[in-house]
Amino acid sequence: MKYYIAKRAINIFLTIFAVSIIIFLLIRLAPGDPAITMAGEHASPEVLARMRAEWGLTKPLIVQYFIWLKHALRGDFGQSILTHQSVLVELVQRFPNTLELSIFAMIFATIIGVFAGIVSAVKRYSFFDYTSMIIALFGVSMPIFWLAIMLIMIFSIKLDLLPTGGRLSVMYSIKPLTHLYLLDSLLELNFPAFLNALKHLILPSIALGTIPMAFIARITRSSMLDVMNQDYIRTARSKGLNEKAVIMKHALRNALIPILTASGTEFAMLMGGAILTETIFSWPGLGTYIVQAVSARDYPAVQGSVIFIALVIALINLIVDIFYSYIDPRIHYK
Amino acid sequence: MKDSVLRETFRYTRRNRSAMFGLFLICFFIFIAVAAPLIAPHNPLVQNLKNNLQPGFWADKKTNFLGTDNFGRDILSRIIYGARISLTVGFIAVIIGVLLGMTAGVVAGFLGGWVDNVIMRIVDIMFSLPSILLAIVMVAILGRGLDKAMIAIGITYAPQIARIVRSQTIVVGNNEFIEAARAIGTPSLRIMVVHVLPNVLSILIVYGTLSIGSAILDAAALGFLGLGAQPPTPEWGAMLADGIHSITGGYWWVETFPGIAILLTVLGFNLLGDGLRDATDPRLRKKV
Amino acid sequence: MKKTLVFALLLALSVGFFAGCKPVAKQPVTLVFAKGDAVELDPADVTDGESITVMNNIFEGLVRYKAGSTEVEPCLATTWDTSSDGLVWTFHLRQGVKFQDGTPFNADAVVFSFERQRDPNHPFHQYGKWEYWGWCFSEIAKTEKIDDSTVKITLSQPFAPFLSTMAMFTMDIVSPTNCNQWKDQWMTHPVGTGPFGFVEWVKGDHVTLEKNPNYWGTQPKIDKLIFRVIDDPSSRYLALQKGEVQGMEFPNPDDLPKITQDSNLTLLSEPGLNVGYLAMNMGSDTPGFQKPFADVRVRQAISYAINKKDIVNQLYKGTATLAVNPIPPTLWGYNDAVQDYEYNPTKAKELLKAAGYPNGFKTNLWAMPVSRPYMFDPKAIATAIQADLKQVGIEAEIVTYDWSTYLQKTEAGEHAMCLLGWTADYADPDDFLYVLLDPDAAKVGSAGNVAFYRNSKVHDLNKEAQMTTDFNKRVELYKQVQQIVHDDAPWVPLAYAKQTLVFAKNVKGFVLYPTGDYHFDSVYFETSK
Repeated sequence: MKYYIAKRAINIFLTIFAVSIIIFLLIRLAPGDPAITMAGEHASPEVLARMRAEWGLTKPLIVQYFIWLKHALRGDFGQSILTHQSVLVELVQRFPNTLELSIFAMIFATIIGVFAGIVSAVKRYSFFDYTSMIIALFGVSMPIFWLAIMLIMIFSIKLDLLPTGGRLSVMYSIKPLTHLYLLDSLLELNFPAFLNALKHLILPSIALGTIPMAFIARITRSSMLDVMNQDYIRTARSKGLNEKAVIMKHALRNALIPILTASGTEFAMLMGGAILTETIFSWPGLGTYIVQAVSARDYPAVQGSVIFIALVIALINLIVDIFYSYIDPRIHYK
Repeated sequence: MKDSVLRETFRYTRRNRSAMFGLFLICFFIFIAVAAPLIAPHNPLVQNLKNNLQPGFWADKKTNFLGTDNFGRDILSRIIYGARISLTVGFIAVIIGVLLGMTAGVVAGFLGGWVDNVIMRIVDIMFSLPSILLAIVMVAILGRGLDKAMIAIGITYAPQIARIVRSQTIVVGNNEFIEAARAIGTPSLRIMVVHVLPNVLSILIVYGTLSIGSAILDAAALGFLGLGAQPPTPEWGAMLADGIHSITGGYWWVETFPGIAILLTVLGFNLLGDGLRDATDPRLRKKV
Repeated sequence: MKKTLVFALLLALSVGFFAGCKPVAKQPVTLVFAKGDAVELDPADVTDGESITVMNNIFEGLVRYKAGSTEVEPCLATTWDTSSDGLVWTFHLRQGVKFQDGTPFNADAVVFSFERQRDPNHPFHQYGKWEYWGWCFSEIAKTEKIDDSTVKITLSQPFAPFLSTMAMFTMDIVSPTNCNQWKDQWMTHPVGTGPFGFVEWVKGDHVTLEKNPNYWGTQPKIDKLIFRVIDDPSSRYLALQKGEVQGMEFPNPDDLPKITQDSNLTLLSEPGLNVGYLAMNMGSDTPGFQKPFADVRVRQAISYAINKKDIVNQLYKGTATLAVNPIPPTLWGYNDAVQDYEYNPTKAKELLKAAGYPNGFKTNLWAMPVSRPYMFDPKAIATAIQADLKQVGIEAEIVTYDWSTYLQKTEAGEHAMCLLGWTADYADPDDFLYVLLDPDAAKVGSAGNVAFYRNSKVHDLNKEAQMTTDFNKRVELYKQVQQIVHDDAPWVPLAYAKQTLVFAKNVKGFVLYPTGDYHFDSVYFETSK
């Protein structure tokens, strides 16, 4: 196991290294003076000169990359042109916001998806089965930003039930310990703030969680169907176990692996959906940061965010893999 | 031999009602796109500010069936013309992806060694990031615009195809008839292409169909973020971005209908793609 | 699975349990106002309205505008004298005023505040860009201390709007002790003499100010003033509806009908000192120059081709009035005699034909990426203009950049046509006609005159008006400038936007200033009956 983790860690390191080379090259190859690219269009000649010296911009590309790498390894991804703040500091500040949203969306997606998948598999070809599979199909076919807009139109504007965006209303304040507002407000025993933060989470989580929910529901259904055709389920049934026990104890446990794999990949890929969801709900996370950076052509911020996100995704995948080995005794990593 | 597999695939697909419904949706939107000038009631670009944000059939307004947008343009006509853009983007992006992916896959599988390593490492990296993020970053470097968005999306679809084609190339490469062909002096790369293509064709069709759907979604997302189609192009995602200010004022139709158009088109490709996949997978085929 | 169900059940229960709870407000009287975020908080180093709004409540200058007018009245200076040639101004300072950090306000503070901007050798000069100083205050040769309570300002040439410009935020007095303590970090730690003191700024979230207990003037009636960052105007309105904020600026025009019908809200709206316009690049020395725009007939054709009335009525939706001249009618010197180009595509086509472009031409139209006070939705306006121009055969591609790049590139003349606007900083036609249309302001790279319109007659009239102190004479000169600008048509003036604010019904006492400044010291909550 330790050997496996070490191997994966090296692999992640290599991937991130390669991501950094590619993004570095792409940005360097973008037209224009790299000093201006990094310092912004209206940097003074002195700043540009300092930039060239500090990042070795007159040297060959390969040397430039290693200078950049040296900075990056010290946690210096440069300064955002837009906000004049350290890119890494901003990314680290925003990460918990995206994490809270993603976790919540994933909880929503898993609970509903697994439930719908099991029921659909058990009551195959029933009305419920058809309806939930049609919903799942719509879920993967619709633009999530459109779903988000529809949710706002219905639940915030028409029915006035939930807020249109943001993380917390101004009248509440939470001391940011973990920056996960639900957790922080609970630690403070500030229940009104907890509730308010929860309300802010509902619509964005539905919007972000719909695609994973649809996938999880479909995979749960098909892997449950696979498992339920297996001999040992037949054996269990013939032993006279009641149907519920057969499904929960035997079938679900064995169907869990593909479901978990799907959840893990979907969780890692939530970052893509987060870009659009956060933009619409003005959620101050990594997604809004990267959209801002791209539209302002804030290259240091773009570069930093891509590497950061790649790292996060790789780590999530690693954690999911390690998690499997505990659940499924058949898997032994070497 | 491959012909018969394809024919069989289509025969099974034809029995699948949801796949046929998907095909119907696709044909419907292709028809709309082709016939746009004939069936669109208005010019999609002509504005009439005095008539802006007017409701449609639900308010008994017959002239603008789905209402008008912020500029008084007819939403129905814009959706009809938008079908041209979305379908074109979807097809071309996937064609770009297939061409890139096939080239990379054949080259990697055929040459092997460090070339294979490098190509597959790049594929891994692209897999490690969400495709929309990759597309956004590429647009940031290439610049805004529909053409660039199309290229960016196409590139993000290449890795999946590269993987499929590479593994097939390796399988074919180990075949004896390749050795035989080489022996009689046929250029081996040509043989590879000729023999690999039929083998991967059915997978490519399935994957391509599903990819067109997600390419349309990605293009709409880029249009929505202002990175894809530029005004006054009636692209569905850009239409949603234009109308976002109108929702608090209660002009729901501006945001609702372009989204439904996207949903139905993508649904069509997903239904057909699922059907084709089930048909090509013999294990699933028995269950239908 | 069972556990998750239990958890979900608990969650649902707790939602139901707390749903009735509302936060208990036993806090100081607090007003939360929704707006965009500030950029920095040094009054001499900013140019954007979002920052200025915050600083108007922290800082004060030697003089200020009377509430709701453009008339200058004493503030930190009680009286002032002018030499007969208009070159030397002596200000007598208010006694016993202290900055919020306890530093006494005196002549040293005034000299520090002004000289740091003017003198490149001043130790504090390195910490700012001081853009406005170059634009509006280049006539100031020197600021000197006579004694602790007297300051002398020497001008290099007479400048009629001088006293008006002294009421601008750029000339606010800052605490030297505080500046020297924070150095380059000072723009996030502002200290002035105003009615509110700075507490905290969480970027992208809020800025909090607190009543200054030692304020020399009338004490503010609210204890705490929070500027909450909500960028999207519709979200601001929803936050106001829900009571999360008590005031907001620039509502979405689409929401106006709903706002006026809402009996819980008050809409304050008044013509402002601003103009939104389309500039056509005439500068043949700029990278974006296109030949057609050198021809006055083409520019006039474009003026005829744009249906301004529909744009103002349907896109500004009552938040603006139709613009004819570069200066708004609320400002003195406005020329009523100028006849606007009416909407007439036929005439536009004839003019284009006469100019040698019977089939139009291809060009670009730049649109700001952000909502500005003078233009709520620039992209929408650009799209509307694009469609109007297409009617007469001109194909315009819409181009946009992020806001600061946009300014930079338009100042360098990289556009053919661009949308832009202006809000006056001081109530004088000079702040429009000289700053935006004079050849002096058409330097490639730092142009305020983004049409790169260079008419020596306009320059002579502007200069004469700057040096004349006779008011009627100045009115006459500015009227002439407006007529010439109209005939040359470097711009299509589009709209004079009204400044629009919305408050909860119980918020009273807010006064609109024509300059668009927000002062919250007079605001109070009416206690409900």
